[in-house]
Amino acid sequence: MFNNSKQINQVYIYKSFERFWHWIQAILIFFLAFTGFEIHGSISFFGYQNAAAYHNIAAYSFITLIIFAIFWHFTTGEWKQYLPTLKNIRAQIDFYLAGIFRNAPHPTKRTVLSKLNPLQRLVYLGLKLLVIPIMVASGLLYMFYRYPQRGNIKVLNIESIEPIALLHTLGAFFLIAFIIAHLYLITTGRTLTSNLKAMITGYEEVNGEQVQVQVQVQVQDQVQVQDQERRTDN
Amino acid sequence: MKKIVLILLVLGIAAAWTINFLTPGLSDQSALTRLKEKYPEKQTASADHSKFTVLQKNFSSPMEATEACISCHNKRHIEVMQSNHWNWEREEYIEGRGIVYVGKKNAINNYCIGIEGNEQSCAKCHIGYAMTSKMFSFTDPQNIDCLVCHDNTETYAKGNELAGLPDPKVDLNYISQNVGKPKRSNCGVCHFFGGGGNNVKHGDLESAMFEPAKDIDVHMAAEDVDLQCVDCHKTADHNISGKMYSLSSMNQNRTTCEQCHTQNPHEENILNEHTVKVACQTCHIPVYAKVNATKTDWDWSTAGRLKNGAPYEEDDAEGNHTYLSIKGSFKWGKNLRPEYIWFNGTADHYLLGDVIADTTFPLKINTLNGSYKDLNSKIIPVKIHRAIQPFDPINKILIQPKLFADKKGEGAFWKDFDWSRAAEAGMKEVNLPFSGKISFLKTEMYWPVNHMVSSKELSVTCTECHTRENSRLAGLKDFYMPGRDYSSVVEIIGVSIIIFTIAGVFMHGTIRVVSSKRKKKEDKNV
Repeated sequence: MFNNSKQINQVYIYKSFERFWHWIQAILIFFLAFTGFEIHGSISFFGYQNAAAYHNIAAYSFITLIIFAIFWHFTTGEWKQYLPTLKNIRAQIDFYLAGIFRNAPHPTKRTVLSKLNPLQRLVYLGLKLLVIPIMVASGLLYMFYRYPQRGNIKVLNIESIEPIALLHTLGAFFLIAFIIAHLYLITTGRTLTSNLKAMITGYEEVNGEQVQVQVQVQVQDQVQVQDQERRTDN
Repeated sequence: MKKIVLILLVLGIAAAWTINFLTPGLSDQSALTRLKEKYPEKQTASADHSKFTVLQKNFSSPMEATEACISCHNKRHIEVMQSNHWNWEREEYIEGRGIVYVGKKNAINNYCIGIEGNEQSCAKCHIGYAMTSKMFSFTDPQNIDCLVCHDNTETYAKGNELAGLPDPKVDLNYISQNVGKPKRSNCGVCHFFGGGGNNVKHGDLESAMFEPAKDIDVHMAAEDVDLQCVDCHKTADHNISGKMYSLSSMNQNRTTCEQCHTQNPHEENILNEHTVKVACQTCHIPVYAKVNATKTDWDWSTAGRLKNGAPYEEDDAEGNHTYLSIKGSFKWGKNLRPEYIWFNGTADHYLLGDVIADTTFPLKINTLNGSYKDLNSKIIPVKIHRAIQPFDPINKILIQPKLFADKKGEGAFWKDFDWSRAAEAGMKEVNLPFSGKISFLKTEMYWPVNHMVSSKELSVTCTECHTRENSRLAGLKDFYMPGRDYSSVVEIIGVSIIIFTIAGVFMHGTIRVVSSKRKKKEDKNV
């Protein structure tokens, strides 16, 4: 499964906020799923009342995190990472369907400027523009809907919570499916754990020869970023 | 510029979030404490009735006592004679019927069916004297029974089958000199024994409520606030607020929890929001008939069996009748979980002579209107009394039989045990046709449960309704409730996606492992 390349380089891929965001988001999504499916009646652990209360607190936390993440994406220009591209998409699909079994190298290289492969770009863009917004919107409606006679805010008057609840539930199923696939795909890096390590430490081990060309262009950038990190860390 | 906008946005949302968390609930925490301080204050009487000479002369009849009352309270009898306690009916507007007068005179229930022809016995619970027949004078103020409600000595008692007159042993002078505001004992003597025995009808009003412990009723417990009936059933000009929808129809003059506790009594907003659709009683009366059993089923069709030509009775272990020759078979229940319905405060009733269109369903003796979609409806707890009672299959109307008589031969069922004659005599009394044929029909009667309020620690918990199995609201299917409901389509799609993903991951992973092993082998061979 492993490349027998001689030289291994460490490339700084995930910045500290990015990693913080990722892990908090992971914890929140797990917690939201757990409490959410208790509210749904599938499991029972905290008790309905507590599950609902915790779910709401986690939801607010998640929304806050999303706001910070949006801010970060725009101020750093990282949002461009998610621009969909058709370039190499065929190669990436071929890799997952065939090349990976022959231990072929990844067709796209992870760099600071392009840390997502074309499939990831599509899937994460879908998450960010479709699934998460639907979950946040239906979740907020779930929290703030009002029966008509309650109606101080008329637009929130709603006759039945059913469509909101069903949409929210469907979204939850999609997110769980995503997490299962996501957890599995962690193991498809250069080694079984290299992707996980990268998301924990920020550094990805890259085969020297292959990375040199790309890295050269970015060395300048990267050194600056690392310096900055060190300064803020200190 | 973009950054500033974003920073402002973040700060704004963070502030909104904080405010949302820090804002206390709508209720004032001390509200309950204030109520508790206010209500136990007992009024002192404004007059000592034993000093009035008019009450010292020896009364030869209860009517003379009434006359003595009116001689001072010289307009109160007019109020009393306008009340439904006196008239046994109310003016009601019912959708589809228009304005009708509904009361014991023209309604039918599924216990002892009706009073018509049985006044001599039923008048034990009328606030009047001498209701021997339909000829009773509702306009003679002397027939008002002031003492049954205002006796504060707890010695007044009406006689059995005396058409409303007191037991001859009662000391009318002593009682009239000790009158006052009605207490639980005054109301309870009738309202706890409706249907001919303790707790037969309501389920939440029974003799245990004369002096209930706090676990029976938080409001009336002597060791706590010790509320009397009229503390909640506010009364002005002898018009007592609150009524039972076994007989009333309109959403007016009701007694509510909110009149003391307000619309938003909870500290938690999520609970206050529930009050839009859920009545207080639904959560705060988790069980009723806490002390003595209440009647849940009554089968008239088995009545009339005799042993050696004589009527007999059978009792259960607790002493409740399970069979009476005069009334049929019964079922009883104790510590019952209420059933739940939508109710908007209006009701319709089966009135004497109403033709029953569809006899395949149990007939609703009283229909409490309401639904999820109706903005005025809330979920309320009810006792549903189910019966099988006599009905004329040709004319398709319920039968009002004659039950009570002094002696045999008048057609009264309780003396002669002959359904045909009892039906004939009873229907004649109410001027309705009788085909001669008797059948028995399933009926249901709905009794909202309003008393036996439990302390808040014992109220219904979220999970008791928001659950898939055995939800308290399992019977209310016209709305989506989180925790109870789901869409099988969404579940199937969702679970399929997850199974598909797991299968995909498993297959992909297996191929990876297999191909990796093969590759290693090849490498070795090389």
